[in-house]
Amino acid sequence: MTAPLLEVRNLGVRFTTRTGQVTVLDDVSFTLERGERISFVGESGCGKSMTALALMGLLPAMGRVDGGSILFKGEDLVTAPDARMRQIRGNEISMIFQEPMTSLNPVFTVGRQITEVLRLHRGLDSHTARARAVDLLEAVRIPNAAARVDDYPHQLSGGQRQRVMIAIALACEPEILIADEPTTALDVTVQADIFALLRDLGAKLETAIILITHDMGAVAQMAERMLVMYAGRRVEEGRVADIIRAPAHPYTRGLIACVPHISADATKRLDRLPEIDGIVPPITSFGRDACLFAPRCARAISTCHQAKPVQELAAGRSTHSVACWHPHEDRAQDG
Amino acid sequence: MAVAPDNTGIDPPPPAAQHPVGEALRMFVGNRAAVAASIMLFLIILATLFGPMLYPTDPFEMVWAPFTRPGTDGFILGTDYLGRDMLAGLLNGGRVSLTIGLVAALMSVFIGITFGALAGFYRGIVEEVLMRITEFFQVLPTLLFSMVIVALFGASLTVVTIAIGIVSWTAVARITRAEFLRIRELEYVTASRAAGASNIVLITRVILPNALPPIIVQAALMVGSAILFEAGLAFLGLSDPNVVSWGQIIGSNRTYILDAGFTVTIPGVAIFVTVLSISLIGDGLNDALNPKLRRR
Repeated sequence: MTAPLLEVRNLGVRFTTRTGQVTVLDDVSFTLERGERISFVGESGCGKSMTALALMGLLPAMGRVDGGSILFKGEDLVTAPDARMRQIRGNEISMIFQEPMTSLNPVFTVGRQITEVLRLHRGLDSHTARARAVDLLEAVRIPNAAARVDDYPHQLSGGQRQRVMIAIALACEPEILIADEPTTALDVTVQADIFALLRDLGAKLETAIILITHDMGAVAQMAERMLVMYAGRRVEEGRVADIIRAPAHPYTRGLIACVPHISADATKRLDRLPEIDGIVPPITSFGRDACLFAPRCARAISTCHQAKPVQELAAGRSTHSVACWHPHEDRAQDG
Repeated sequence: MAVAPDNTGIDPPPPAAQHPVGEALRMFVGNRAAVAASIMLFLIILATLFGPMLYPTDPFEMVWAPFTRPGTDGFILGTDYLGRDMLAGLLNGGRVSLTIGLVAALMSVFIGITFGALAGFYRGIVEEVLMRITEFFQVLPTLLFSMVIVALFGASLTVVTIAIGIVSWTAVARITRAEFLRIRELEYVTASRAAGASNIVLITRVILPNALPPIIVQAALMVGSAILFEAGLAFLGLSDPNVVSWGQIIGSNRTYILDAGFTVTIPGVAIFVTVLSISLIGDGLNDALNPKLRRR
């Protein structure tokens, strides 16, 4: 068996703040195979985006990787020099962001912004780069691409801008595309199109996709595997179908229950949409030796408050792991 | 007309929006004072560029009796206290005044952008050091400092221009830094970084183009103040004595302000009209380039 495309081992990230050091990511591990689609799921502030930024080497100035490794094709990105990271970014690992309205530079045409990446990483001359930019705009299904290539970002709609972002990200045919909530700012109808586009292009270019989202519907539509994060930790990981059918961690179960259409019987009338009580704990408590979800968990037992749960395979599974002292058993979800 | 079913899933294009430069231009043309000022400045530049060729009298040559009133004996603007032709002085002097204004402004824009961009982009210790240096120059009494430079290095055109440039770049540095601080946090900068852009590319090709509008406005206003500054130095006799400038004409004729007021009034009006034009253009640019004002 060959080594995976990306292997993140026990990644930790700390922020240095005025009040001291805080843990942002605690012991996060996962692997990604070529062409695979994985999804990071969790509420805001759980470390999904930080994981992505750590992969890109783009942590904010106050953050730094504190232990662990990020092996990309066998090369550790944590220790890679800046110049090497610049070669990788946009070329081998690309990223698209949440806000297509503000992610494009307003003073340059979209064509120029696509050719910029091509010239930087591929060294194309301006004529070839421009032709390639038009091809890319066509590939992301922008109508009349040959004319739109000279448009400025403000002349495009939100969905079109996100398509342009995808075109920029895929310009150099990267091996990994990180999509950080790519559709949060878009209309629901446009969302489905963007996901379909990402899936198609990802399959065509054999690009692995990391989708960051808090939308379980998007996960079901997009990803093969999912990694549920809570308070900077990985709480559950496995194949999407397995987890949606039988979530082992109470938090995952809560997240899934919040979305009525995935598993619920459409004929059954829900009086009230379930929710997870409480909020994510303050960042200062991340990294404590306890289950950080315990205060919100109906199933919490005394161990939960006293020790950090270990990653274990869910009962009777080989590809489904969970970090919980008191997980749900594998059985059909009873709502 | 019925809308065709959009089964391609492509969202409709938004209403045609103006290109930002086009919109700014439209805004600027709508500002009557700015347009009038532009025409005025254009005429002044034409006169100083081609005037000396079309009216080749040497501004230093004593051609007629001193204090000849404007319009008499064929001298449109009269002669000064040494009998030198005022019109020749005005045309030649304008060239010097405008050149000094422009070059000094360019120089301060260059220094200011460099300091401001590095400070605003790198933050931390770089910012501390560069901004303390900026503050040091900011608190120096500008006229005194430039006088010291001129006194030390001699009153040549180059030294005067450099002296003016050195004392007036701080405003540009502060504006540039403020814009960089704002823009560096925007998503498209992160997106460019994620696409592999180096710091130099980020500074010069991503952030700077977006930071330019207020800098352009400041630069325009600075041309005006540099002209005034040179006039001030020349009035004090600290400008290059071998070239005519408007300030120098005022300075050399200042003793006769009561007997022959026109010898100081004429170059004074020239300075006034030029600086006013530049200020109005600067204001027009400000309105046109400032997105918040533009939305009115």
